Amino acid sequence: MDAMTPAGDYRTSYRADMTIMATRNSRIALAVGIVLACAAPFVLDGYMLDLLINIGIFGIAALGLNILVGFTGQISIGHAAFFGFGAFASAYFHEHGVAVALAIPLAGIATAVVGLVFGLPAARLKGLYLAIATLVAQYILEDFFARAQWFTGGVAGRMTEPPSLAGWVAGRPESYFYVVLVAVIVMFGAAANLMRTRDGRALIAVRDHYLSAEMMGINLAYYRMLSFGIASFYAGIAGALYAHYRLFVSVEAFTILFSIQFLGMVIIGGLGSIAGSLMGAAFMVLLPEVVEGLANLLTGSAIDRALRLGASISFLREMAIGAAIIVFLVFEPDGLARRWRLIKAYWKLYPYSH
Amino acid sequence: MTPATPVEEAPILEAVDVSLRFGGVRALTDVSFAVRRGEVFSIIGPNGAGKTSMVNCISGRYRPTEGAIRYRGQDVTRLRPNRRAAIGIGRTFQNLALFGHMTVLDNIMVGRHHLMKRGFLPGMLYWFGGAQREEIEHRRAVEAIIDFLEIQQVRKTIAGTLPYGLRKRVELARAMALQPQLILLDEPMAGMNLEEKEDMARYILDLNEEWGMTVLMIEHDMGVVMDISHRVMVLDFGRKIAEGTPEAVLADPQVRRAYLGEADETIPEAVPA
Repeated sequence: MDAMTPAGDYRTSYRADMTIMATRNSRIALAVGIVLACAAPFVLDGYMLDLLINIGIFGIAALGLNILVGFTGQISIGHAAFFGFGAFASAYFHEHGVAVALAIPLAGIATAVVGLVFGLPAARLKGLYLAIATLVAQYILEDFFARAQWFTGGVAGRMTEPPSLAGWVAGRPESYFYVVLVAVIVMFGAAANLMRTRDGRALIAVRDHYLSAEMMGINLAYYRMLSFGIASFYAGIAGALYAHYRLFVSVEAFTILFSIQFLGMVIIGGLGSIAGSLMGAAFMVLLPEVVEGLANLLTGSAIDRALRLGASISFLREMAIGAAIIVFLVFEPDGLARRWRLIKAYWKLYPYSH
Repeated sequence: MTPATPVEEAPILEAVDVSLRFGGVRALTDVSFAVRRGEVFSIIGPNGAGKTSMVNCISGRYRPTEGAIRYRGQDVTRLRPNRRAAIGIGRTFQNLALFGHMTVLDNIMVGRHHLMKRGFLPGMLYWFGGAQREEIEHRRAVEAIIDFLEIQQVRKTIAGTLPYGLRKRVELARAMALQPQLILLDEPMAGMNLEEKEDMARYILDLNEEWGMTVLMIEHDMGVVMDISHRVMVLDFGRKIAEGTPEAVLADPQVRRAYLGEADETIPEAVPA
């Protein structure tokens, strides 16, 4: 789809033509959005902030997976294991005297290294075979978490502390929200920059037509590996943010179901869309809340008595997620990001649909 | 039309006894030829003659079973395809091979890949590692190609949505962005109407004469081949049967046989224009 630029929007330099936010209005909207987000802790209660923090953390991890799956055209069903590795790594570094602010990026780098090792097959494998190879990563890492007591605390799990800076401790949702907000802005900004420069284009070229990408001088093995490294880095950062928020990391948390949830976020948000990754994460975090809200609304009604909603709410949440993924795959394979573009285009042309 | 470029004698590309087999199928048998710097060199031949196989050997898609490919005196037979872009070999494909979900601009920018230095870290930092400056520099070079091929109006269009003729042109633009010394064009005019063919022929001549690229081209349209090539090589069943100026090749009895079959040697106008 062509970019819909408004009439009278003349760019007079290449620099102006290469911005992430194409129009003045979109730049204003972004600035207003950030200001509103900064105000959120003063307005919203702890529960709502908790949801927003989760959206931010999962959004970063989903963005990493989207770089791998949506932009490079690879597949991974071991993303949660890397997320978990980041969580344990950050907690481990912090216990050995590294400040949290430093432990989080360090955990990201450590996870990227692990991701590169498990990404080695990606240099040669594609499609289903690569999927199986990443499945192996999922199970090897899960097993490692259960056995490496020195690293994870074994079955007991590992406690850790919230980030602090000069006496200010971000231990409550009101304060931790800002930590996540900064991380989201940095990580999403970095991804947007990546995709408008040389190596980002190379990743997309590998996805769209790897044979001609190679003929254009792109080293396929390098970029397939790089994609795994970047995806793991994002997962590691997100995992580390998760660890210092929950303050306890348990070995059972990072199962293949969690990996599939990440894939769901990416599919629902929109493969190959940066903003879509955040939308997908928001959808996945909010959907169970909506389902629960609906169930509560129906309390005492005939439907509730027939299905015993209150007792089966946990199943309903899982089913809703599964159903949402299927609905999106069938009706909107390009995800929420495309829906959003269509809505914008509709209002731009309103009331003329053509 | 008489070719105007002065043709240097030192070959930019040499194929020495190149053979290519897929199991029992012999795609190429002992093909040798040399392309001189500054030439427009065409490979013609009936379907299945091994023309595209030959180009794939040069661009690195296939590795010859026997023989060698030399580029500017260097043996490149075993060089990986992505390394060949860096030493100055660019190509287009017979079946369109654009990056379908990228804009035309990004497609062409991919061609600059090997000329750009800023990797993923400066890329992510954009404003702080020189990536922005580098993007602008190369954007300037890409815009020169866009102007040359007259595709300004589709700059921001997603490549996969373009009509066929334009896609061919964008693919040429992408190959030109590599700044190759040798450009391989695999049927640049296939499926085009007369007007589009004339445009494309003009672009090929210009990129040879003004941009200084040596052109190796596969083409079926005899009229175009004979008009713009300095020299022509004819392949048939994987063997070279003739090489020389267009006139000499046209007059060659073996070529007539390859194109028209054994029985038709008496037909005076040998090759359809």
